[in-house]
Amino acid sequence: MTLDDKPIIDDLNLHVEKGEIHAILGTNGTGKTTLAYLIMGVDYLPDDGKVIFEGEDITRYPISQRANIGITLAWQEPARFEGFTIREYLELTNELKIGEIEDCLWAVGLPPSQFFNRAVDASLSGGERRRVELASVLAMKPKLAILDEVDSGIDVVSLPHIINGIVKMKSLGSSVLLITHNEDAVEMANRASVLCAGKILKTGSPKEMCQWFRQNCQVCDHINMPE
Amino acid sequence: MKAIQNMLTIKEEYPEIIDAYEKAGGNKEAFTSKEVASLVVHESRVLSANQVEGIRLKSEQKKQGVAIELTVEEGRKIKYPVYLCFGILPKEGLQEIDLKINIQDYAEVSIIAHCIFPNAVNIIHKMDADIKIGNNAKFYYSEIHYHGDFGGIKVIPRAKIEVGEKGEFQNTFSLIEGRVGKLHINYEVTCAAKSVVEIVAKVYGKEDDVIKMFDRVNLNGEGARSLIKTRVVPTDRSWSEVTGETYANAAYTRGHMDCMEVVIGKQAIAKSIPILVATNDKAKVTHEAAIGSIDKKQMQTLMSRGLDEDEAVDVIVKGILR
Repeated sequence: MTLDDKPIIDDLNLHVEKGEIHAILGTNGTGKTTLAYLIMGVDYLPDDGKVIFEGEDITRYPISQRANIGITLAWQEPARFEGFTIREYLELTNELKIGEIEDCLWAVGLPPSQFFNRAVDASLSGGERRRVELASVLAMKPKLAILDEVDSGIDVVSLPHIINGIVKMKSLGSSVLLITHNEDAVEMANRASVLCAGKILKTGSPKEMCQWFRQNCQVCDHINMPE
Repeated sequence: MKAIQNMLTIKEEYPEIIDAYEKAGGNKEAFTSKEVASLVVHESRVLSANQVEGIRLKSEQKKQGVAIELTVEEGRKIKYPVYLCFGILPKEGLQEIDLKINIQDYAEVSIIAHCIFPNAVNIIHKMDADIKIGNNAKFYYSEIHYHGDFGGIKVIPRAKIEVGEKGEFQNTFSLIEGRVGKLHINYEVTCAAKSVVEIVAKVYGKEDDVIKMFDRVNLNGEGARSLIKTRVVPTDRSWSEVTGETYANAAYTRGHMDCMEVVIGKQAIAKSIPILVATNDKAKVTHEAAIGSIDKKQMQTLMSRGLDEDEAVDVIVKGILR
């Protein structure tokens, strides 16, 4: 996939196993969000190659069709919405019992009594909004959840709640593509891949990949160009 | 002008307008409770009225409408909102409402007014309001309109409002069900020291509706604060123009204008004209506006939850206008 003749995602092969948490590590500008958008069908179409989900070629599917077969995305900077509540946001596509909504909020550390009727608007802090985003993904019970830096800018108190939400997601049977910079978050993954200049350089255990990432990518001078 | 007797009910029109009122989302129980002050006006006739302790309500029938005087006595905090219902049930008609409201010092009241014209084909509804809010008084006014599906109506609400020291005024205007027709709002609020004013309007334009809103706030007293918030969604071939003016004329005044107009459809037009004036070096006026298409990110977010494009637009618009 190119943008202004510059390759953003290039000859990338990535396989997420059913039920696994697969972490993507990469420095800024390596194409992590673009990868998430390609899988979700947001903004970009690949020039070549395919996005296959459960054996089905979904490369040309629109966003909502992908969502309806079980893929969703927790956005890095989630949109704010006027006029509807967190409860309504979580119930967008699923009719949920109150207890189920409460479970989703508790899983990300948001006490339902305080957040149930809060608006999904600018009154939420950045961290709260990200946790609401995660709760809404949980509520959807997706087959594949793409989490685009949901831990970015999260304080140390909130981070365990985010991690807890991701663990809960897995326990409910979702596969998770976890895009992150945070090694604590990577640790809970089953596997991790290192992305650089739109290519997957290595895939392996989270521990190995974190170490490799530290030793190679973070000291890499040429952002967007693999060694 | 005569004082209205408690629970005066006349004419067989009453059940019809109450029925229309309920269909427009109103709470009809309010008109049967002796504890709730209320007034129902059909065309130029007062069909029912009730006043409660602390409120003086007078009306006078005029050739094409009704003159109403509502006074909330000093220091009275009215427990339940006052319910007003104005309407015309036939397809044609003219209704002119002269409304004088006086919220005396330290008094507090909410008014919920419904203006109902469900069959409007050729109707004019004018309201001229003169509102005085005393020192330390609080007045919350909510006006909900329903104009039916034909669009044959002109609505011209004009109001001059004076808010006393440390007074509070909140006004919400809502026209989101059915057609708008032609709407021309003109409000001017003058604020004394440390008063707080919030003016909110939400309007959903369809077909060839015309929406014109003009709100002016004069922050004349030290420390006065105001917010003008408009949410307008013109669709189809409808047209909207929102003018907000805030004049910060005294020290430590703060004015903010927040305008969102979402255009849906190739022929709909939205225009926003903010005017911010500060005549004092310790005053501040701010403005934010978003005019144009629906936010792409909001759309994509909702679609990533499984909504199709039309459903996503519907959810976003409903939220904006709620």
